[in-house]
Amino acid sequence: MAKTLFQKVWEAHTVRQLPNGQTQLFIGTHLIHEVTSPQAFGMLRDLGLKVKYPQRTFATVDHIVPTNELKEPYSDPIAQEMIEALRKNTKDFGIRFFDTNTGTQGIVHMVGPEQGITQPGTTIACGDSHTATHGAFGAIAFGIGTTQVRDVLATQTLALSALKVRRIEVNGQLSPGVYAKDVILHIIRVLGVNGGIGYAYEYAGTTFDGFSLEERMTVCNMSIEGGARCGYVNPDQKTFDYIKGKPYAPKAADWDAAVARWASFASDAGCRYDDVVQFNAAEIRPTVTWGITPGQAIFIDEKMPALESLNAADRATAEDAYKHMKLAPDTAIKGTKVDVCFLGSCTNGRISDLREVAKYLKGRKVSPNVKAIVVPGSQLTAIQAVHEGLDKIYIEAGFEWRGAGCSMCLAMNPDKLVGDQLCASSSNRNFKGRQGSQTGRTILMSPLMVAAAAITGQVTDAREVFTV
Amino acid sequence: MSLAKVTQVKGLALAVPGDDIDTDRIIPARFLRCVTFDGLGEHAFRDERTGPDGLERPHPMNSAQAARIAAAKQGVMVVGFNFGCGSSREHAPQSLWRFGFTAFVGGSFAEIFFGNSTTLGVPCLTLSKDDLAECDAFVRANPEVEVTVDVQNLVVTAGAKSWKASIAASARDGLINGKWDPIADLLEGAPAVDQTAGTLAYVVGK
Repeated sequence: MAKTLFQKVWEAHTVRQLPNGQTQLFIGTHLIHEVTSPQAFGMLRDLGLKVKYPQRTFATVDHIVPTNELKEPYSDPIAQEMIEALRKNTKDFGIRFFDTNTGTQGIVHMVGPEQGITQPGTTIACGDSHTATHGAFGAIAFGIGTTQVRDVLATQTLALSALKVRRIEVNGQLSPGVYAKDVILHIIRVLGVNGGIGYAYEYAGTTFDGFSLEERMTVCNMSIEGGARCGYVNPDQKTFDYIKGKPYAPKAADWDAAVARWASFASDAGCRYDDVVQFNAAEIRPTVTWGITPGQAIFIDEKMPALESLNAADRATAEDAYKHMKLAPDTAIKGTKVDVCFLGSCTNGRISDLREVAKYLKGRKVSPNVKAIVVPGSQLTAIQAVHEGLDKIYIEAGFEWRGAGCSMCLAMNPDKLVGDQLCASSSNRNFKGRQGSQTGRTILMSPLMVAAAAITGQVTDAREVFTV
Repeated sequence: MSLAKVTQVKGLALAVPGDDIDTDRIIPARFLRCVTFDGLGEHAFRDERTGPDGLERPHPMNSAQAARIAAAKQGVMVVGFNFGCGSSREHAPQSLWRFGFTAFVGGSFAEIFFGNSTTLGVPCLTLSKDDLAECDAFVRANPEVEVTVDVQNLVVTAGAKSWKASIAASARDGLINGKWDPIADLLEGAPAVDQTAGTLAYVVGK
């Protein structure tokens, strides 16, 4: 019988049926960070349990790491306590920790792929909702709560119910200046922020076939913003090429067998999907959010929706959004003044993002009214960028070049908006207060759109600022 | 490990309206700078409840009804659709539970929030859109009336009113049988786990 990748991976990792009807699912790869793991280790100790497969859990530190203060102790004593707790927990239980002094630390969703830990046909769990990022490699990857982190540590399994699968096909060529970020923002806008509840999203079609692994990661990363806990792209030659030679990639004699195995997990032709939706890549334009959910988005040249054009439920959320954002319905978003520009995050903090923007930034200057920061997602990305001289391009343009971490995506470190500052951001969430100030405002967009906003000091169509 | 059977939850109810209420709103990220869940209760909905000037804002969580629920350590929160979306932080249901909420009734719940709540023994029951509107209006108009969230019989009752409710069968099963924390079942499967691990090339190191 023809099967989806989701079904094949689920079956290969099914341990048994539980009495409540759920599946006990084997989690082959467990990723942890400092925010959602300390309480799980506490529960483990309270129950007198050990970590069942310590070699299948990998740790890094990302959320609380300051990006402009590399020496410890950090000025925030709680951040220091959290990093030390993770050092102790990983040492006590024999878990590999990609610490800040290793040159391999970074956002957990970048470390997995960079190390070759993220592989097709595997199950990956992490106490972080953006874990679907790893689905770009054809893994079934999803976020879990802290009690579930305990479950994985203690048993290497989770109690779960299978998801339905929705195939999201995007076909055709994107126009110049339109990026993977615009594709996923558009998908969420159309399907809604709760459209994916109960589903895994399979991203397919010629547009995704043509995407690099890093572009696929940008799309899979934001699955949860559409309500889908998990999203994936079927593995292909690009996937295998990306993994080859990475530290945890299968070596020598094991390589060919691994590639054959990985390829066998791809969804079969003629398999049944619970739902299929289709998009035409050529119709997607640079997309920006105007509200307080990632689904409240428009093309840059559209007007923000008039309240009377919305149904009652959407209207209530929109009224709240307009009030928070200090924006007016039925007006253009283009020209809105910005105060801060943030280039980074597990959505768009990878080397290809930094390269793409740098290509256009040479000889341009950040507006004097804007504070612009660029935060490479990982130390390896930062090292590579410096090697290519990208840091100089950003610094000359007026960006602050920072150390690796989550930074202003959720502002658990000192990088925060102040008051009602408006931030043009390459991150994934525009929730109220998300960037560290309860009255702070966020507009999500692609990295090049962030650069265009930095230069002009306003929300701008990057295609009018740069020759794309 | 013996857990309480959660067949029904009874208590005063508080309506917190709005769709797509994300977990950043329920517990802002700065309160995640911690290594235990202790003390999270007082920060639930902090930035909705307190303005940037430090003064209280009008919000259901600042009401006398919320204070009664906090004192009783038992109560029902009536919410909208897609409640608990966004971040996977268990800190969100932990903060509401520590505040005093022991059940949620809403239109729909984000999956991770739903799972995180169930694992605390806190049921999330879903009503139809029309029933939810009626339930919401009733609890606002009758704050003194106790609401019963019957997980066993899948019904929400308040005074003479009752509404048919639903919840995933596996979650219901775990709650009413005192097995809402799956750790005991998962540990019991250890031999089968080892067997599965042995069939996975990447786990055995290839």
